[in-house]
Amino acid sequence: MNDQIRRLAVFGVALVGSLIVATTYWQTWAAAGLADRQDNAIQRVAEFTIERGEIRAGNVVLARNAERKVDGNTLYFRRYPQGGPFAHVVGYSTRVRARAGLEQSLNDYLTGANANLNTVFETTLDRLRGGTIRGNHVYVTLNPRAQRIAREALGNRCGAVVALDPTTGRVLVLASSPSYDPNRIEEEYAAAQRAPNAECRPANALYNRATQGLYAPGSTFKILTAAAALEEGTIQPNETFKDPGYCVQYGKRVFNYADQGTPAGYGTVNLTQAIQYSINSVFCNIGQELGADGLIEYAKRFGFYAKPPLETPPDERFASGLYQGGELFDPEDPNQVDPGRFAFGQERLLTTPLQMAMVTAAIANGGVVMKPFVVEKIVGPDGGTVTTTRPEKLGRAVSQRSAAAVKEGMKAAVAGGTSTAAQLPGVVVAGKTGTAETGREGVNTTSFVAFAPADQPRVAIAVVLESQRGTGGSTAAPIARTVMQALLSGS
Amino acid sequence: MGALLAAVGVTMIYRLDPDDAFRQGLWVIVGVGLFSATLVALRRDYRRLEAYKYLVGLGALALLALPALPLIGHEVNGARIWVRVGTFQFQPGEFAKLLLIVFLAGYLREKREVLAQGRLKDFGPLLLIWGGAMLVLAQTSDLGQALLYFGIFLGMLYVATGRALFAAAGLALFLGGAYAMYQVVPRVGVRVAAWLDPWGDQEGAGYQVIQALYSIANGGFAGTGFARGTFTNVGGGQLIPFLNTDFIYAALAQELGLVGSSALLLVYMLFVMRGFRTALLASDGFSKLLAAGLTFGFALQTFIIVGGILRLIPLTGITLPFVSYGGSSLVANFVLLAGLLLVSNRANALRGTQ
Repeated sequence: MNDQIRRLAVFGVALVGSLIVATTYWQTWAAAGLADRQDNAIQRVAEFTIERGEIRAGNVVLARNAERKVDGNTLYFRRYPQGGPFAHVVGYSTRVRARAGLEQSLNDYLTGANANLNTVFETTLDRLRGGTIRGNHVYVTLNPRAQRIAREALGNRCGAVVALDPTTGRVLVLASSPSYDPNRIEEEYAAAQRAPNAECRPANALYNRATQGLYAPGSTFKILTAAAALEEGTIQPNETFKDPGYCVQYGKRVFNYADQGTPAGYGTVNLTQAIQYSINSVFCNIGQELGADGLIEYAKRFGFYAKPPLETPPDERFASGLYQGGELFDPEDPNQVDPGRFAFGQERLLTTPLQMAMVTAAIANGGVVMKPFVVEKIVGPDGGTVTTTRPEKLGRAVSQRSAAAVKEGMKAAVAGGTSTAAQLPGVVVAGKTGTAETGREGVNTTSFVAFAPADQPRVAIAVVLESQRGTGGSTAAPIARTVMQALLSGS
Repeated sequence: MGALLAAVGVTMIYRLDPDDAFRQGLWVIVGVGLFSATLVALRRDYRRLEAYKYLVGLGALALLALPALPLIGHEVNGARIWVRVGTFQFQPGEFAKLLLIVFLAGYLREKREVLAQGRLKDFGPLLLIWGGAMLVLAQTSDLGQALLYFGIFLGMLYVATGRALFAAAGLALFLGGAYAMYQVVPRVGVRVAAWLDPWGDQEGAGYQVIQALYSIANGGFAGTGFARGTFTNVGGGQLIPFLNTDFIYAALAQELGLVGSSALLLVYMLFVMRGFRTALLASDGFSKLLAAGLTFGFALQTFIIVGGILRLIPLTGITLPFVSYGGSSLVANFVLLAGLLLVSNRANALRGTQ
């Protein structure tokens, strides 16, 4: 009987031995694969044991942690003391690991998982000590006061305000309306997608209209058209134009905007006046001379047809340009596009408020487009700087001379043209309105772009509003004025 | 060794649920008490149990049938294996297992020569008792136990007759039966599907397997460290159900890592080796069969639950000997240990006198 017992013993021991083999497999070979799985709640918890870095604007804390003890682990959950006005930049990070905004795009930094010698060393030490891993703090370039003022100025209207420092590309304001409370996004995610009080439909508050909103720029685009034509030499700064009150497009007359004068037109005007009074027929003719391909080429120099660079997640930023069927449309044959209407910002042209702010900033900055940035610096948990953003040129769009000529027109528009609502006491403002028809009778997308002080610009701003009954001058310009005032007086 | 395993168990349970650990501690005391009682009661010669083998066999059947009784039977998690009298509840199956081993040892010792000839009629009483046990198990739908019992039966039959053919035939029979059950009993089908592809139904049937694997994988080589494992989700909800009973191995593997869980399994392996050594040293057939049966049952039970957690075999809910939370299991295992000690003691005593 002993032989059988021996064999059974071998079998029994082999059974237990197979358990050791299987355990080894799961804890070594398969462990990494299992840890990477999305539904792995243990890894999810592990992420919340990291003391996530704060997001700050100067001394103002935009995102911090709330500690909670769960089954012996200290878990860190997010709080957003400033709430809605900063929601679209800061984003959110929820318990189900849904993220948006900088909370999503800078997750590696905020959790200390970024590969930087300095922080990797620190986090490894933390891990070895069994202590809490601490993430890096992110400082944003936003001006908290101006950001709040911009959000208040938008009110229940749908739209966005983007303000840049034209010489560096720093984002000073990036506000979108309607907004949501990131502290309650987990419970109110569905509700945030149809903000109740917003004056537009659909009113998805999760949308960052400053970088995701695609709007017909209307006449604000004329500053780009003018700069392009000057640069190409198809017009000269002191050239005069005859305004017949309409321009002929495919044998049809395109009239000036109703309140831009009589059908008889303005008569003979120079470029400054054409910008000052936003005369469509003049720009229509300029556009026809330049051609759609010429306009597209210059638009690209200002950053169109590419996602504007910013630290927010790429899917929260859209490229500006001609759109067809919801897709970015770069025509192979320029005849597919009507250059006349393109020139004054109609056609199928759609731009984001950020892109229009970049165009305005480039005009203010003597033709040089600066790369926009909203992250000022990232600081390690112990205060050591991890990275600091340095201003970077995206490139020169037009010459100093062309930019200066456009600026004169914009100054005139604010001093005594379409944009007088943006005047500031003691500061020379350069601006341009835009009023794009939406196809619905009397309902417009209104916009306003400006920079100030005109000769030493510190702020370049773009304001866009949806579903407005007025013009850019009457609706968007006052908001720009308020925000610029806050920015200029604040610093 | 039993004490070491029990200590590991109580410590781990304490980490998971201090209240349960206190109760488990009480059960350890009861277990040790019964362990001593068994030793004392059978100190002269445990072999007289052999004389009562049919009585023992019937006792085992009765115990198995208890939960099926309407008044005191009690169903937990789809398996009707509990008996509840007042606030006191236990799983009679754990003890029935021991009694069945005693019965099989006695019966097979007596009939081994006849059985080895392979005449069908000699298998009569054996199949009868066995069939009854399987029937009761199928009725209570406690699959882990069914697999365990059948495995013990085959192992002991092989040791007694030396006919590998029997074991092979039995195994084939079992696999056939298992396949039939897979087709007929929905509970079995779900378990098998969850074993083959747990992610196919990751919120449902596959949930336990997946969470257990995540837990084990999170342990890695060195483990998270004691009391540093994660067993709850972000909201504090329990991730793995039955963590301190069926799934205690998943908890241990996470906190102790590969090093700790291998050490634990090595202890089981040592226990199994010592048990079979006892069987080898024993002088008479009954003792050999008894020791081998008890040991093989122990090894098989460890394999079925841990193998289930590790996805070696479909998952069935039974306890990890000595470590899992649960009074019946713990006490039964202490009695099992007492049985092995008795056999061992006698073997040593006999060798001493020779």
